[in-house]
Amino acid sequence: MEFVAYGAFFLTTALIFSLITLGLNLQWGLTGLFNVGLAGFVAIGAYTSAILTTPDDPARIGGFGLPILVGWLLAMLAAGAVAAVIGAATLRLKSDYLAITTFGIAVVVQLVALNAQGLTGGPFGVGFIPRPFGALAENPLAFNLANLGVVAVVALLCYLALEHLSRSPWGRVLRALREDERAAISLGKSARSYRIQAFALGGAIMGLAGAVQAHFIGFIAPENYLPTLTFQVWTMLIVGGSGSNLGAVIGSVLVWAIWAGSGAAVSALVPTDQQARAAALQIVSIGVMLCVILLVRPMGLFGARPKRPRPQAVSEGEGRA
Amino acid sequence: MNLQFLVDGLLSGAMIGLGAIGVTLTYSILRFSNFSHGDLMAWGTYATLMVVGAITALFGKVAPLAPLSFGWPLIVALLAGMAFTGGLALLLDKILFRRLRAKGQMIIVVMASFGASMALRSLLEFLFSSRPAYFSKAIQIAMPVGFGIRITPDQIALLALTLLLVTGVHVLMTRSQIGREMRAVSQNIALARVVGIDVTRVVRFTWLIGGALACVAGVMIGVLVQIRPLMGFDMLLPVFAAAILGGIGSVPGAVLGGLIIGISEAGAVQIFGAEWRAAIAFIILMAVLFIRPIGLFGVGER
Repeated sequence: MEFVAYGAFFLTTALIFSLITLGLNLQWGLTGLFNVGLAGFVAIGAYTSAILTTPDDPARIGGFGLPILVGWLLAMLAAGAVAAVIGAATLRLKSDYLAITTFGIAVVVQLVALNAQGLTGGPFGVGFIPRPFGALAENPLAFNLANLGVVAVVALLCYLALEHLSRSPWGRVLRALREDERAAISLGKSARSYRIQAFALGGAIMGLAGAVQAHFIGFIAPENYLPTLTFQVWTMLIVGGSGSNLGAVIGSVLVWAIWAGSGAAVSALVPTDQQARAAALQIVSIGVMLCVILLVRPMGLFGARPKRPRPQAVSEGEGRA
Repeated sequence: MNLQFLVDGLLSGAMIGLGAIGVTLTYSILRFSNFSHGDLMAWGTYATLMVVGAITALFGKVAPLAPLSFGWPLIVALLAGMAFTGGLALLLDKILFRRLRAKGQMIIVVMASFGASMALRSLLEFLFSSRPAYFSKAIQIAMPVGFGIRITPDQIALLALTLLLVTGVHVLMTRSQIGREMRAVSQNIALARVVGIDVTRVVRFTWLIGGALACVAGVMIGVLVQIRPLMGFDMLLPVFAAAILGGIGSVPGAVLGGLIIGISEAGAVQIFGAEWRAAIAFIILMAVLFIRPIGLFGVGER
């Protein structure tokens, strides 16, 4: 029974990761937008929903006690709106500017989470976030299974919606823009507007994932949203194969299994005083894994065929000499 | 308002500017934003610290060059660290970036630099733990120089070093053969190759300069603040903001951008408090992207 309960807990966490990865796949896999600050969007969603749904707390603003579903919706809206503003600022420029700006937004969100104590609770975070099926908490098995059910439904809905979108005319325009921007523009599609839409929608999904996770754990703090999170999700997407929603989900479960498994091995085998070091080594190995996959199998497990090289590419060997 | 913030701003601006030169050169010549640049700073600093330790072990405790807090070992170690960091940048290029560049998708290279950054940073944490280290624990007395401003001898020396390096890089870029070749490659790589420029050599040189300057910036942080595995990563946002503010590809722009960001940060710290420092670079970055994305000295996108 314990094992089933843990399995449900593990799958819930992995499916929440897969939600973030699905959002990233819409931005990167389908549209080619590089987001290195996704932890920031996840945090925006988590904090929005937490502030709206927690009971009143004299130490900070918020605590409106709204229903969980309202919190989730507004979390999507908040994260999506921030993504739209960033998209509007950077998507007329070269892709690197988007990367740098998203990196910046993650830093700023982290800063606000840590320092705006009156809003976010500062380093202590926000607690007492209502949990769906909180009444079942005495029975871990039922509680974990119920949570798994909720998260699985959300992830499935998200997956089906994204599959539908990527086959719709809208998704075809995004793919056309990614593959050959000039051709798509000459057909009268506004590259910038489509990209902003995709970026905002992806951001909203990440916000939803943050909110779902906040309500699953019941407590959030700034250190949940460090750059390590961004890095984990990128690895999940690259392993699964960017461009494929199924790959995004499977990559998430797989990488999370590796991460949680090696984490458990570290805490079981390594003496306590060396655990911080071992954890650092764990991140090193995942970083190396990301680079090796990029070098050896850039399409991941389920990715689409390799994309065409862009004309502005620099190659030193033969190529465009 | 206390004018002391000008000195603090100049100093952090110098560190940011030295980092931004490397970023702006990699961006304009190799055409990708290198997210591992901050971690080159940290690696350079730790390498320098190791060499200082080795020298102390060999020659015993060396008296500092009064009135500075450091002696000749740090100067020798800095040179060694610069060489090491340049070499590390070359190594990264060889095993990772060059191969991905050859595949043609530049944004994949950016992603790889992000992964490399994470790995490099965590490797430092593994080797040295996240506890801060110091070049010297001596406390320097700041000298008053008028207008309520105080400055320590270390700070004067490091500002002078920055001025020297920046002038040196500027002269190199504008007057020497390799500098002309670098500018040619950044403007049009195909044409540069047609006129017989060895692009591989230019790329190698770019990494060496960027790595060496990153090391100096890191050591400055190490001397004036402290040494941590995250020290370079924390500088990444101001460094990118400075490179974009100054205009990608422009060395004087990168330095000026660094100084503007450093001084704004120091000014803002007086008003809003030190915990909001990192937000200033982001606000400036967003303002530049909305108002003048090519930056102060930038040329149009290529």
